[in-house]
Amino acid sequence: MSFEVVLQSIFSAAFIATVIRVSTPLILPAMGGLISELGGAINIALEGVMLAAAFTGVIVSGFAPQWFPGAPEWVYALTGGVAGVLVGMAMGWMIAFFHLELKTDIILTGLAMNILAAGGTVFLMFSLTGDKGSTSTLDSAQLPAVQIPFVNTIPILGTLLNGENGAGYNIMSYIAFVLVAVIWVFLYRMPSGVHLRATGEMPEAAQSVGIDIRRTRYWALVASGFCAALGGLYLSMGYLSIFQANMTAGRGFIALAVVYLGNRNPIGTLIAALIFGTASALGTRLGTMAIPPQFVEMIPPVVTIAALVIYNIRRRARINAAARRFQEQAEAARP
Amino acid sequence: MSAFVEMKQISKVYPNGVVANKHVDFAVEKGEIHALVGENGAGKSTLMKILYGLEQPTHGEIWLRGQRVEIANPHRAIDLGIGMVHQNFMLVPSFTIAENIVLGSEPRKGRFLDRAQAIAITETLSKSYGLQVDPAARIESTPVGMRQRVEILKTLYRGADLLILDEPTAVLTPQETDELFLAVRKLVDQGKTVIFITHKLVEVKEISDRVTVMRHGEVTGRVATADVSEADIARMMVGRAVFLQIDKPPVRRGRVVAEVRNLGYVAETGRPMVRNVSFDVYAGEILGVAGVEGNGQTELVEVMTGLRPATTGEIRIDGKPVQGQSARRIRLSGVAHIPEDRLTNGVALDASIAENLAVDRYNRPPFTRQGILSPRAIQTQAVALMQQFDIRAAGSAAPMRSLSGGNMQKVIVAREFSAEPALLIAAQPTRGVDIGATEFVHTQLVAKRNEGKAVLLVSADLAEVMSLADRIAVMYKGEIVGILENGPHLTEEEIGLYMLGLKRDEGARGEGRGARGEGRRELSRPSRKFQPSRKIMQRRSQHR
Repeated sequence: MSFEVVLQSIFSAAFIATVIRVSTPLILPAMGGLISELGGAINIALEGVMLAAAFTGVIVSGFAPQWFPGAPEWVYALTGGVAGVLVGMAMGWMIAFFHLELKTDIILTGLAMNILAAGGTVFLMFSLTGDKGSTSTLDSAQLPAVQIPFVNTIPILGTLLNGENGAGYNIMSYIAFVLVAVIWVFLYRMPSGVHLRATGEMPEAAQSVGIDIRRTRYWALVASGFCAALGGLYLSMGYLSIFQANMTAGRGFIALAVVYLGNRNPIGTLIAALIFGTASALGTRLGTMAIPPQFVEMIPPVVTIAALVIYNIRRRARINAAARRFQEQAEAARP
Repeated sequence: MSAFVEMKQISKVYPNGVVANKHVDFAVEKGEIHALVGENGAGKSTLMKILYGLEQPTHGEIWLRGQRVEIANPHRAIDLGIGMVHQNFMLVPSFTIAENIVLGSEPRKGRFLDRAQAIAITETLSKSYGLQVDPAARIESTPVGMRQRVEILKTLYRGADLLILDEPTAVLTPQETDELFLAVRKLVDQGKTVIFITHKLVEVKEISDRVTVMRHGEVTGRVATADVSEADIARMMVGRAVFLQIDKPPVRRGRVVAEVRNLGYVAETGRPMVRNVSFDVYAGEILGVAGVEGNGQTELVEVMTGLRPATTGEIRIDGKPVQGQSARRIRLSGVAHIPEDRLTNGVALDASIAENLAVDRYNRPPFTRQGILSPRAIQTQAVALMQQFDIRAAGSAAPMRSLSGGNMQKVIVAREFSAEPALLIAAQPTRGVDIGATEFVHTQLVAKRNEGKAVLLVSADLAEVMSLADRIAVMYKGEIVGILENGPHLTEEEIGLYMLGLKRDEGARGEGRGARGEGRRELSRPSRKFQPSRKIMQRRSQHR
């Protein structure tokens, strides 16, 4: 196993395709986290929402053939997807209800949702399928991949645009990138997006000009549930085709970190999510080689820590540079 | 003649039983500037909140343009053409001025914001009312005076005919105040009506046509401004004549208690908040720190008291360096601190008065013996201090939260003064405190000075600094731009020039020049203009 092989496998179109596949379930919930954070009601239940949506998608699409026999396959996938999204939005709404109406602490509420989703999905999976580990016995639908025609014959471009096997990326990957653009336009070019940002940054100011803070935060939390649900659905109906207990594996929490690392704006968040995606893809890549798995599994958390450290070093450096500049000015001013 | 706005027999009783307004009649004519004055807690804010729909009256009617109206919320008030400029600005810091002005009722192009239109609206409004703003600038990088103009434009954009300005000059320099007054007059020329809330009597005389005075929730006077003197208004406000002039014996300056050298503090954001500040505080004097708020005074005090780390420079208390030490170590070195933010840094709201009075000394005898707290000692001290400092409360076990602002401040003053400090740092000690308590704090500060303590008084209230301080250091953009000898020759306008950064003394920056020995031997390097009197010099050398 030479180093060159490792490098070759990293600097390849196939690797970029992998990055896109593993970044998708980070970008989607991170967009949800971004919206709730900017609205001033941080949703830390992204993880739980993803899990619940992933589970709902699989279960509903798996049982749909019994309810509507003979319908085309895409109807089952769609039913599962819609059900998953509705569950995610309902969870967002519940957090909003508990936090805004019943005045619970939003962090604790989110935490409760995460615990509920972790336990609830396994409980329901066992009740419905008799299995506690995964839904492999259930024949659930998958979300479609979108293949760009005619490019597969072109060597590198084909892999880049349609993935390693040429079948195209999952529709959720496209949705993820489109969502980033849509959210950017919403936040900076549409009145309601501006109201959302004002609500998060200076609620008193927003309220004083007649913006309904409660309603804005309701919508922000429901929308964050929507985005996180898409991420969860991708995991169980695209990335894999089954639901596994705790299959989100902390992606919802990483998505939160991504929001802050991305400086709380959509473009930065997208870039940060791609960096994390690259780290995990690297892990997967090296996993196929003779490198001890303990090291490979360390890569994503190490990159997380490194990213946060670098971010803070740069911030401190900025502060210190300013301190130095004004110290020099002070010294120059002294005769 | 019916008034533009008429509030009839307004009463407001809060659920906790506090009566904020008692049968208040208040009327404003169209096109006038009407001053509403009264002490803190006199009920003027409540009255205006009722007019703006933020509070509902328990009793009474509001008539606008001859019609009875119900104002259920600010939205309704805005629809009726009432605009309010709050004391703490309601602006989104990261938004531009244009975005802030149109926020909530943005011009649209289809489903999208019309940003060009927002800027055009801002420019038009700005021009027609003579309120100069830069539409594309972000609020966080604009000065306070401009923020206030943005607030006024915001209400005008929403079609306000009646503007309520809540203590608009509290945060302004004298020059900015003059500009504001010009703008207010222009508004009135264009047919607007202005209610001007203030407690500065000079301003009442200067700007208003008529004045309504409130005291203890009631109206005590309603007069044409031209017919009365400032003293008359003051009498209506407090029910007796106020002596702003504080009697104090001439300064007897002792040893250097605090030496600050080249002190710098850079905020988390990378912004330098305190720049190369040097000064001495002597025993037996009050050194006032004046300046428009936000020019580094808060940070200076927090660095000196150990609440923030200094980035550069030195602080010595009685010759011992203290920078970088914890707040407790600094306290033990003889520093007491009356903090600016009383509710956050000054008291524990849910703890009792007795506990708050012991919080800096609970771990020493007689309050702790062999590691066990003595509630009796804490209680005894509380009873004594409450009597000595005239703290009015249900008892020493009453929670801090139940006290009025004035009594809360007295608790802090009692604690800090009884710690027998060498240096007392008082930051905004009379903010939000009624006039009785203010007078009390003032006399106590002077008493400490006469006892030979060093006092550093930081206040945004220029009148307070000028009536108490022996020397006045003026801060501008984090620097001390002048240390002026206080006296009859020193005028508010002169200090205003320093506060605005229009004038500075180079000598003021180099006090002691960073060299410790030099700083101790010499007096402060005097600026060319303000020589310390010969008498002080002699006293100093005698002391040596």
